[in-house]
Amino acid sequence: MEIIICVKQTPDTAEADLSIDESGRRIKTEGLVFDINEWDEYALEEALLLKEKLGGSVTVLTMGPDGADAVLRRCLAKGADRAIWLKDEVFEGSDAYATARTLQSAIKGLSFDLILTGAQASDYGNSAVGVYLAELLGIPHASMVKKVEAQGERIRVNRELEGGLEEVVELEAPALLTIQTGINEPRYVSIMGIRRARKKEMKVLRLDDLDLAREDVGEQGSWMRVERMFRPPVDKETEILSGSPDDMATKLVEVLRAKGLV
Amino acid sequence: MNEILVLAEHRMGVLRDITFEMLSKGRDLADNLGAELAAVLLGQDEDGFTEKLAERADNVLVVEDVDLKDFNAEAYQKVLSNLIDERRPTLTMIGNTSFGMDLAPALAVELGIPLATDCIDVELDEGGVKVTRQIYGGKINTEVLLRKSDSYLVTIRPATFEVTETAPVKGEIIKVDPPLGLSFEHKKFVGYVEPPLGEVDIAEADILVSVGRGIRDEKNMPIIKELAAVLKGEVGCSRPVVDKDWLPKERQVGSSGKTVKPKLYVAVGISGSFQHVMGMKSSGLIVAINKDSKAPIFRIADYGVVDDLFKIVPALTQKLQEFKQSTD
Repeated sequence: MEIIICVKQTPDTAEADLSIDESGRRIKTEGLVFDINEWDEYALEEALLLKEKLGGSVTVLTMGPDGADAVLRRCLAKGADRAIWLKDEVFEGSDAYATARTLQSAIKGLSFDLILTGAQASDYGNSAVGVYLAELLGIPHASMVKKVEAQGERIRVNRELEGGLEEVVELEAPALLTIQTGINEPRYVSIMGIRRARKKEMKVLRLDDLDLAREDVGEQGSWMRVERMFRPPVDKETEILSGSPDDMATKLVEVLRAKGLV
Repeated sequence: MNEILVLAEHRMGVLRDITFEMLSKGRDLADNLGAELAAVLLGQDEDGFTEKLAERADNVLVVEDVDLKDFNAEAYQKVLSNLIDERRPTLTMIGNTSFGMDLAPALAVELGIPLATDCIDVELDEGGVKVTRQIYGGKINTEVLLRKSDSYLVTIRPATFEVTETAPVKGEIIKVDPPLGLSFEHKKFVGYVEPPLGEVDIAEADILVSVGRGIRDEKNMPIIKELAAVLKGEVGCSRPVVDKDWLPKERQVGSSGKTVKPKLYVAVGISGSFQHVMGMKSSGLIVAINKDSKAPIFRIADYGVVDDLFKIVPALTQKLQEFKQSTD
């Protein structure tokens, strides 16, 4: 099975103190640690598991600026066979739609049975690139996938719905799946893998290598334009406790006692 | 036509809340714009769906077909692209649900109309569409302008807009024929898989101690269980803990897990993504423990402790034990 996977490098913002830059349209990225988007890590693992079971190869794609190749190398080290890096200054500022068009242009000449992406990215959370890409390529898709069974031309997947419910859907290959976290247990990178990755092919594609015009990519090719960023308003007056851990614990016990909860 | 379309979402014979949330927001937008509000129902008219929609929409467009009974993005796309192409509504609203996320981006590409997903606010005037979205796990909000078009598409975050009480508008129910050749060779709905019944139903618990990514390792879980035990509560968790298999799925709180309303909810090392908050925001008293003062969980907590959970949780367990001994 020939599998393509699209990944994104994102800043780890889970515990970071974010601030907005002078433009008011972006966050400051200095000091943030960049790594593979969490959902994409699961998508890569699923691709590797399918390859190990059914044979074939895994090609990994990313679109990103200087440094984004670190994510590709990580995927190669884990077992992907080759990488394609969409790297051009004119790609900067692309929204989900412009990103999908750029990916489509790079993918459409390749032969594949399956494309995997993460169900969303941890930064902008559009949950849209994968499904855009499928439609642009004219292939069926299933999003938020929690289980994959590939048998010949038919691919059977479980999609995550709300409240713990899942639906089972059958697709015809070639197809695109967006992968939800928790579908598998992503493997660690091995030293051997890192060594082997050095010998693997990494192709760089610029705008000139694609059949797209300048106005198809970046902000010009986007549907969405960020006007401003701001801190979300507070919904509730929260009382933030202070003091030593013991002081705060004592205060909490008082609160719970006063409310009759202990 | 100056019209706002809302896609009714239903599953297993129930119209989902997001439908009425969108109709409420859609009504505000339509009134401001002097537009009509239409609900679109795909599937069969079960359980008085159309009457319920007609209480809020000026028009209810019903496309009936047995093959539309269950959601199928491919079939929905075919029907909706025809409908939108024909009516050119100013705005089409779809839920940012699992169904909506499977449908909206493909529909937007086919129609060539701009889409913004997961919107928490929408403004609409002659100048175009401006939406508000939440990014970086809920830490930052952003205002986004959509590229100028005569028709726009948005998906709306569930549990964002209140369902307003309004006098029924008694909208007109209009049957629309499904497009010819409605078949789905490429994608087929097979069935639903219900979540397994677990050993406990955390939705029944009066007190929940919920743990998130901040716990870092499975071996650290005992401090959470000890705190829950001394509070006579159950242990719940956020998505990352289930993804890593540290707790079973049945203990997950949030939109893809369970919705809970305990008297006390203690969120430990949980950042408070929207999906998690949706499942617990109606709790009686919310206490959040997280070392990141900017974590979204603090925006909905009653009491917050900004500190290392590995210091706070054992201290709290100990103080609770001392308190219990003093009252025994």
